[in-house]
Amino acid sequence: MTATLEPNFLQQVAAPDLPAPRGPLSEAVVEALRGGPLRPVDPAGAEPYGDDLQLALHCCYELHYRGFAGVDAEREWDPEVLGLRRELERVFLAALRADVEPGENVPAEVDALLVEPVGPGVRGVSHHLQREGTLEQLREYVAHRSIYHLKEADPQAWAIPRLNGAAKAGLVTVEHDEYGSGRPERMHALLFAEMMTELGLSDAYGAYVEHVPGETLAEVNLMSLCGLHRSLRGASVGQFAMVELTSSPGSERLVRGMRRLECGPASIRFYDEHVEADAVHEQVVRRGVLAPLLEAEPELAADVVFGIRASLFLGERMGERLLGCWDRGETSLRMPLAPGRP
Amino acid sequence: MAEPGPTRVLLTEEGPALISGPVELELPDGTRVRSDRAVTAVCHCRRSKRYPICDASHRRKVRQEGPDA
Repeated sequence: MTATLEPNFLQQVAAPDLPAPRGPLSEAVVEALRGGPLRPVDPAGAEPYGDDLQLALHCCYELHYRGFAGVDAEREWDPEVLGLRRELERVFLAALRADVEPGENVPAEVDALLVEPVGPGVRGVSHHLQREGTLEQLREYVAHRSIYHLKEADPQAWAIPRLNGAAKAGLVTVEHDEYGSGRPERMHALLFAEMMTELGLSDAYGAYVEHVPGETLAEVNLMSLCGLHRSLRGASVGQFAMVELTSSPGSERLVRGMRRLECGPASIRFYDEHVEADAVHEQVVRRGVLAPLLEAEPELAADVVFGIRASLFLGERMGERLLGCWDRGETSLRMPLAPGRP
Repeated sequence: MAEPGPTRVLLTEEGPALISGPVELELPDGTRVRSDRAVTAVCHCRRSKRYPICDASHRRKVRQEGPDA
């Protein structure tokens, strides 16, 4: 390991800079957070999954996580910003409700997620990276994923006080594991940061927000949206279940891809840990979270299905963006990454 | 955290046995595998590539051929 002057990931406290706006909505939010007045904007008619609306939402949500450099932490509860956030959320949520087929059969939904498609006809980012992706494409994938994984488990933690009894205990069991089971050096966010450093990427929180497109921000914004609204707690659990139920085989494919690309031990460790961890989490989420939640609050079934399908829908959009760009020989990011360290 | 009463082991229908608390598993050849997780999934179907730890290999697989298959 090379010596570094940067504080390691667990010691980082600096908040990221506000990103450059990508349109009128994100410009209004960024300008307001810089201290200017909140210019009246109308999100109705904006592209619901587009860069502008998703970046605007991302900035609103980040006030609840680490905030931004130079922005007073109290802006988290600024009624004007919250008011605009609500309008942005309405557009996003309405689009998802329209694009996602409703359903109420959670066991059938779970069974479908537990069938693993295999063979040469399966199109997916992890399949591509396992079989033939380049190291550059793998680095891009990690940059996309950093928006979530550097705060891994945080968006779902909002759901804890919104659940009761066994479902709460089950969710905390999984979250505790995500946070390293009391050992900071095992926190999944840290394992991800160590992988980034090894791949020559910056592990600074928010370092790649400028690079990633709306498709990537939308996936993480869905997590924050569902976590921050008690009315969407069923969807939050559904989103969490989708990740935990599908991550183990995907992580195994990434481990194989990384071995093929001769990545270092920290890179392999992150996904290797998730093969085993998520094989357990799948069981705990099904038996310890979904089952008791639906027994206590059966009326949440439709929201759980919505959370599962909305996160699948956004995941497929993001996957298509990456694979489409790579098919055309282009970067999947808004700007290329700086070259990795040798 | 130690639970009062005996260690709970949940035998699932389709996949692994779930054991609460840290465990050490000893294989026939004497190899020991330790898991510090709150819950450990121990492979029962023998398909795990990480035996004795479950890696979700028990899942049903559906083959999809490529466009030129």
